[in-house]
Amino acid sequence: MNPSGNSCGSFPAASPFAPVAGPIVRSVTDPFHGDLLEVSMGPQHPSTHGVFRMVATLDGEQIVKLKPVFGYLHRNHEKIAENTSYLASMPYTDRLDYLCSLSTNWAYAFAAEKLLGQPVPDRAQYLRIILAEMTRLVNHSCLVGFLFNDLGTSFTPLLYAFREREKIIDLFESLTGSRMMCNYQRFGGCRVDPTPEWLEAARKLVENFPRFLDEYERMLTGNEIMLARTQGIGRVNAAQAINAGLTGPVLRASGVDYDLRKVDAYGFYGRMDFRVPLGDHGDTYDRYMIRILEMRESVKILAQAFRDLPAGPIMDPKAKQRGHRPKAGEAYGRIEGPKGEIGFHLISDGSPNPYRYRVRPPSLINLTLLEDMCLGHTLADSVVILGSIDIVLGEVDR
Amino acid sequence: MLGTGILNGLAVTAKNFLGSFHDPARLVTVEYPEQHIPVPEAYRNFPFLVSESADDPMGTLRCVSCLTCEKECPPQCIVIVRSKDKKPDATGKAQFYPTVFNIDTSVCMGCQICVEVCPFDSIKMDKVFEITATNRFTELLLNREQLAKSNAYYHQIHPVEAAEVDGRLAAERLAAEEKAKAAAAAKAAAAAAKPAAPAAPAVPAPQTPPPATP
Repeated sequence: MNPSGNSCGSFPAASPFAPVAGPIVRSVTDPFHGDLLEVSMGPQHPSTHGVFRMVATLDGEQIVKLKPVFGYLHRNHEKIAENTSYLASMPYTDRLDYLCSLSTNWAYAFAAEKLLGQPVPDRAQYLRIILAEMTRLVNHSCLVGFLFNDLGTSFTPLLYAFREREKIIDLFESLTGSRMMCNYQRFGGCRVDPTPEWLEAARKLVENFPRFLDEYERMLTGNEIMLARTQGIGRVNAAQAINAGLTGPVLRASGVDYDLRKVDAYGFYGRMDFRVPLGDHGDTYDRYMIRILEMRESVKILAQAFRDLPAGPIMDPKAKQRGHRPKAGEAYGRIEGPKGEIGFHLISDGSPNPYRYRVRPPSLINLTLLEDMCLGHTLADSVVILGSIDIVLGEVDR
Repeated sequence: MLGTGILNGLAVTAKNFLGSFHDPARLVTVEYPEQHIPVPEAYRNFPFLVSESADDPMGTLRCVSCLTCEKECPPQCIVIVRSKDKKPDATGKAQFYPTVFNIDTSVCMGCQICVEVCPFDSIKMDKVFEITATNRFTELLLNREQLAKSNAYYHQIHPVEAAEVDGRLAAERLAAEEKAKAAAAAKAAAAAAKPAAPAAPAVPAPQTPPPATP
């Protein structure tokens, strides 16, 4: 409870990050004002996507202050990685963002390869693109499913999305041995070579994926209730998004053309022909549409990658399989994960363990604008806004 | 018109509902305990130790306790104690063996790194996933007797991979045998050549031992 409301009263007007649009926040200093209500949501609330806690201060129905609390899933990932060998951290990176382990694997392998000066064969580069884009399909189809769960559409859209995701996850299982904890990338290539049957099955699945997207969009994109609940909700303008360091679809929904696949053109993305969808308003609806459009672009990238996949080794024959001892130095490797820029900063002192191992998680940094997105909206909207940011607590807390 | 979007959505739902009666693509549920989906060949769960024969698993373990997997295991769930003495392995070469080989499956995360680093193909991934235990400290801590499974079992769960491993091992053994033969032959030749070229010894050389027969 905050009876005087002093700390909150000046907040919306004075803050440079005041909400762009939406209902006007009533001044809480007027003498006829009632008490503010503090609601602690989480960490066991099902709508917070894991063990995340939001302490929202409500003025009537409106949020005037929101404090995100995280750390409930802290597993000491970075320190564990500093005490094991370079290779032994690879399976731990699966557990950062447990929906997209293959992208996170790639980011870590990318950083370590930079540190080791390790080249990667062409076939492995294409396989990495194939698997990372399939992971993007998995992540975004999960996200749009969960977003509608947060809106109150109990489970029907989510199950349709999961039905599609399951097919991709099954392919991951038959290739890597595990559905979610894939542990597939290695320094200098990939672990197993997919069979021609696997590639054919994957190609067919990706070819049919737009049919699911069409059906999904027909079911939901025009839905009036959904439009009323998402348009104009949780707006972020481009300046705010850049200042807060947002990356990924959340940034692009605000109209900032920044995609590492284009900016860095890491791997073989320079050879791929695709567009980067951008939003106009930076609201929840744009963030939803960006995901749908990105899935369509991913399908395009995948078709090209399946077409161009060369034969050859998947692992550099000179690459060391274990006992890596990079020379003293540091490297930062970043890729465009489904949630944003996922980066690994490794510092080596020449020993078998990294001297410093730092993860730049997109979920955590995208979460920093949560309060600014939620101010002036209702508590029910804050759940939808949180869903549209797309966090995975394994990555936020590490 | 207001409401068209909702009606469109409901049409999709109705299509899926009706489709679930005749279209297997729209009814994907598997009634799990009664029905099982066969797991793919690459599926992995927890590691097991490969022994050459099912009759004497402890005597024919491939593991020579080189401790590589113990060092590389990310969550450090493997404990190996190396034997003091040596026993002949499948090729007849004297090797160490593990007197203790424990894997704590409550800690193991099934990452397959032990399998990748093992130079002797002695640890492989199992596919048993229906595991229950009432005590995490005793029943989930598997010792080498519980971990040992025969090569035939390995062939049963990973047929393609096991055939490849067996082929490679057979080739390695053949190469090792040929190398041993060649080494023995070279030794014999050297031993035969030695008395033929005496470097003018001041005292008569002691009796040379007969060359070792391969």
